[in-house]
Amino acid sequence: MRAALRDAFLSAAIALGLFAPLVGLVLDNGDQGLVLRGRPIAAAVLVAMVFFGRLGMHLWADRPGKEARAVKRGLVVPTGANRFLAPALLAFAVLLPLTGSRYYVDLGTLVLTYVMLGWGLNIVVGLAGLLDLGYVAFYAVGAYSYALLAETFGLGFWTCLPLAGILAAFWGVLLGFPVLRLRGDYLAIVTLAFGEIIRVVLINWVAVTHGPNGITDIPRPTLFGLRFSMDGGEGTVAGFFDIEPETIQRVVFLYYLILALALLTNWVTIRLRRMPLGRAWEALREDEIACRSLGIDVTNTKLTAFAIGAMFGGFAGAFFATRQAFISPESFTFIESATVLAIVVLGGLGSQLGVALAALVMVGGLEMLRDLLSTLGEQMGSELFSGLAGDLPTYRMLIFGLALVVMMVLRPRGLVSGRTPTAVL
Amino acid sequence: MFVTRLAPVRPDVFARPVRTEGVEALAYALQQLINGVTLGMIYGLIAVGYTMVYGIIGMINFAHGDIFMVGAFLSLISLLGLASLGITAVPLALALTLLFAAGLAALYGWTVERVAYRPLRGSFRLAPLISAIGMSIVLQNFVQVGQGARVKPMNALLPGGIELMNEGDFAVQLSWMQIAIVATTLIVLTAFTWLVTRTPLGRSMRACEQDLKMAGLLGIDTDRTISLTFVIGAALAAVAGLLFLLYYGVIDFFIGFLAGVKAFTAAVLGGIGSLPGAVLGGLLIGLIEVFWSAYFSVEYKDVAAFAVLILVLIFRPSGILGRAEVEKV
Amino acid sequence: MLAVSNLTMRFGGLTAVDKLSFEARAGEVTAVIGPNGAGKTTVFNCVTGFYRPSSGGIALTHPGGARFALEKMPGHRIASRAKVARTFQNIRLFAGMTVLENLLVAQHNRLMAATGFGVVALLGLGSYRAAERAGVEKARHWLERIGLIDRANDVASALPYGAQRRLEIARAMCIDPVMLCLDEPAAGLNPRESEALNQLLLSIRADGCSLLLIEHDMGVVMRISDHIVVLDHGRKISDGTPEQVRADPAVIAAYLGEGDDDE
Repeated sequence: MRAALRDAFLSAAIALGLFAPLVGLVLDNGDQGLVLRGRPIAAAVLVAMVFFGRLGMHLWADRPGKEARAVKRGLVVPTGANRFLAPALLAFAVLLPLTGSRYYVDLGTLVLTYVMLGWGLNIVVGLAGLLDLGYVAFYAVGAYSYALLAETFGLGFWTCLPLAGILAAFWGVLLGFPVLRLRGDYLAIVTLAFGEIIRVVLINWVAVTHGPNGITDIPRPTLFGLRFSMDGGEGTVAGFFDIEPETIQRVVFLYYLILALALLTNWVTIRLRRMPLGRAWEALREDEIACRSLGIDVTNTKLTAFAIGAMFGGFAGAFFATRQAFISPESFTFIESATVLAIVVLGGLGSQLGVALAALVMVGGLEMLRDLLSTLGEQMGSELFSGLAGDLPTYRMLIFGLALVVMMVLRPRGLVSGRTPTAVL
Repeated sequence: MFVTRLAPVRPDVFARPVRTEGVEALAYALQQLINGVTLGMIYGLIAVGYTMVYGIIGMINFAHGDIFMVGAFLSLISLLGLASLGITAVPLALALTLLFAAGLAALYGWTVERVAYRPLRGSFRLAPLISAIGMSIVLQNFVQVGQGARVKPMNALLPGGIELMNEGDFAVQLSWMQIAIVATTLIVLTAFTWLVTRTPLGRSMRACEQDLKMAGLLGIDTDRTISLTFVIGAALAAVAGLLFLLYYGVIDFFIGFLAGVKAFTAAVLGGIGSLPGAVLGGLLIGLIEVFWSAYFSVEYKDVAAFAVLILVLIFRPSGILGRAEVEKV
Repeated sequence: MLAVSNLTMRFGGLTAVDKLSFEARAGEVTAVIGPNGAGKTTVFNCVTGFYRPSSGGIALTHPGGARFALEKMPGHRIASRAKVARTFQNIRLFAGMTVLENLLVAQHNRLMAATGFGVVALLGLGSYRAAERAGVEKARHWLERIGLIDRANDVASALPYGAQRRLEIARAMCIDPVMLCLDEPAAGLNPRESEALNQLLLSIRADGCSLLLIEHDMGVVMRISDHIVVLDHGRKISDGTPEQVRADPAVIAAYLGEGDDDE
């Protein structure tokens, strides 16, 4: 107890050093330049949190019967959960549009986009063990490929979708080829740099990309050649089926489109995992040198993982472009890469179900929380709630960052870490 | 949601002369040389932190760029605080700020290592990298939440300078600020070199760099040495943060990202693990960036730095002064 | 079979292996021994393509007559084309994968070819199923031979040390090598495990695969080697049958003269 108290005091002293200047003092942008404003309470609260948190940790760790429980902690979430949870989630996803709520379908589309990105990145990070910090670059390549092909050549979504994937994969190969020979850490920083290069080029190459203004009026997808149009005439979905044209029809169609794309990603991943290529990816993650000694072409195998991951990123990008009908470089910042990475890591590297759950909680959950807060703020006229709603995106990244660290420290193999063998005897 | 603010470029620095021939062109190039060296010193200071950590535990400390950013914020807070306390003598204020920022940034560096990296020693390969990325995101957003997203401008502390040359309508300026930056960097690096080569602490650091396990067996407290490496690296980054603030006169929570990647490029270019290499690489990256901006395009100056990184990794991954890594099988 | 000629390997200023020449004949067990720091592992890494020698040649001739210049081949080709397999001093299994998966990964190239570069098998077409079944059968064969058949679905890292060693050897054998290189296979084994290892290695030799091994355990070396090459300070000091080497004064001098830093 005494040691615990001493440690808590020490931690609090360090926290005081960390938080007193950067939280206790604020640089306010005033009319006359910067003004330094004190904010002692916020800093004190943080220091107190560290003190009691640390104390609590010690008491928790010293509680009786710890030994017995320590053994249990090593157990993983039973893989049996897969058997019920996955079909239940799938059924939920398929049935969601029946609610008829535009809000839920839109939110579902957003979540599914991240699920697809997460599954795509999972191939690279989770299976092959390559840390790609610029995944958003391939997302951007896909989105801009579609937008530019549609704008320049008048190509439709369904022609461009495979092209967007191929172009993204091509960039993946181009970038991966020189870098994949090197140590893993270099790949991380080069992909980070590449994500940034793509964004800078998109902003500055105005002649092609229209710069920061982005590309507008990107065509919407068609259903077997039928347009989703409000006029309800010949060649539109509403006209063909002889129903009232409504926006929700297109929204639901887009929802099922991203659901199908995400499921395709999932299907390909699951299939590949049970094939030599997927096994080689996992083997690479475990031990690269051993792979080389078994005659596996390490660089090419990494390259396939990188390219296939990039391809799915490209697909998702094309979908993003057609859904928004507008894209600009602002949608493709490092924040996006970090979000997708956080989803993959929290889901448990390599676990498909985990990625879906993480996307649901971290994108869907936080989005709903924000909407809830802003509705509350409006209805009750409460500054506090609307203020919180406005700050949530910033706090969201803070939470993501903390989640990455905490996950790595406590459960590096993820929440759903039971690995299913790819072959049994 | 997030509009990235690249560090603003002071317009006068890159104002091209009307005619770029003869003496004027030479003067212009000389000015760029001066600017490039100044910027390169800042990158070099950050790069030392990358290279030290990499040398000892073989990881890229992604959060290092953000420690630099924290250092810049601490410096700005300190300068304003000192001004409000009535300490306005520039040399005194700068010296106190240097100590304040370096000390507290060192505390940040220590905490980051203790919280996010030490528990992961011996964990699987990707764990420390992911944790470092997480820490970088945390620091960035922590400062954004705490200090606001708007850019923080500051009046020039040391206006004016020496006019070295005046050719037609182009004058070569060596500002006091640039002299201060180069002088500070040289003093700090000298002290640092002394620390690494002449003190017991430096000896244990070098021993850990050679062989961490063996150093541990020989009775060196490796945990402590690693901690101190982070502390020293962070303090140097904070000095760089102060100099960056003085040079550009404006900072925001995002400056650590670009500066970090560039400084890392500098460390790789110089040969990661090599301390003189880090400084040399920093100078080169500073020069490349400034000359690229001056003669090609300011918009693509960051692309130039990244392109250098990729080219170095393809053609000479061991850098200029680095040793080629021999794989232990 | 394997002819090493004038092999030299320098690291910076240090010459680890100096103009080494020796031969390993087909169907034999060739051992490379020597005191610590003699350059054994370096030779080994050159043969298996992990280092590129500074100069000299390493020629491998298959029983079918095909010839390979190993010093010029990239590491993974040495395993896939020249069919030289290896194990590691500090066992390198795919720790998170099952025992069976470890053996299937080793058959990667053959299985990969059967998948028609992934696309055909992805759609469930082609001969992949049959190839996969054959792969599992081969794995079963090896699991029976190393006595791990009932642990096939366990994670590799859960195996005891001796079993991990045997698994690593079985995994290397799954690439169908003509030559198996073993880096201190008996290190850390108890006498019983060591004896089982000897039997396994002799049965592999009986199947027609040549063996090249580095070993510290003289018991193993003397009992199973047909031919021994002794290195000291990167040079060959003796070369012959176990009896010849044992009697060679140069070998005795090298071992005794170096004091007890062997072992």
